[in-house]
Amino acid sequence: MNALWIAIGVMLGLAALLGMVRMLMGPSVLDRALSVDVLLASALTGAGAYAAFHRDPTVLPTLLVLSLLGFVGSVSIAKFVARRALGEHIPSTTGSHPTSATPTDAVPDSEKGENP
Amino acid sequence: MSEQFVTVLDWVAVLCILAGAALSLVAGVGLVRFPDLLSRMHTAAKPQVLGLLLVLVGIGIRLVPVETNVFNVGTLILVALFQVVTIPVAGHITARVGYRTGRIDESLMARDELAARLASDDEIAGGGGDMSR
Repeated sequence: MNALWIAIGVMLGLAALLGMVRMLMGPSVLDRALSVDVLLASALTGAGAYAAFHRDPTVLPTLLVLSLLGFVGSVSIAKFVARRALGEHIPSTTGSHPTSATPTDAVPDSEKGENP
Repeated sequence: MSEQFVTVLDWVAVLCILAGAALSLVAGVGLVRFPDLLSRMHTAAKPQVLGLLLVLVGIGIRLVPVETNVFNVGTLILVALFQVVTIPVAGHITARVGYRTGRIDESLMARDELAARLASDDEIAGGGGDMSR
């Protein structure tokens, strides 16, 4: 059974690494928020695996906090992106719908960190 | 509780947690390999709901021989409940913002029913990018 526990640890580590890769490459803020969600899910699974391996229920409240944190984080990032996109689109193109943006400006340069 | 029964419980628990970890790994691979936001969201939701539920079941089974405490079980159920309630909401909001800010690659979509809907809404409302709808 020890091999299975080791396999669980290795899988979770790999999942976290791949999530980090997407967080570094992610073309937009939303992709990064999504990879943070996956990282949080891996962390939840890891803390749960710890609790199960040691038969130790003291980390269970941590799971509760992490599960709420993921929701608050992704929703607030999404709302932030929506408000900033609204602020960018309305002064320049009055009357046009935000979804009519061409693919070239689909990801504003300000997300790549060049502009403050 | 007999020794044998505990062994069986442990195997069931470790298999549940292994399945949860495997779903996490699948989500990581999908995050790196899939081309756009919507398909990445599709793969990212698997460990958040099914994977976590499997892990919680595993923890519950694994804790049965040492302590059967109503607070532990209550915490596990609360975690499952929060996750199942909040993940669809967060996914919905993320996808909606992604669509309305033009981050979805239209060439990867088979059908886009929302675009026609939004266009007819705009005609009625007289245009204007209204993000609050």
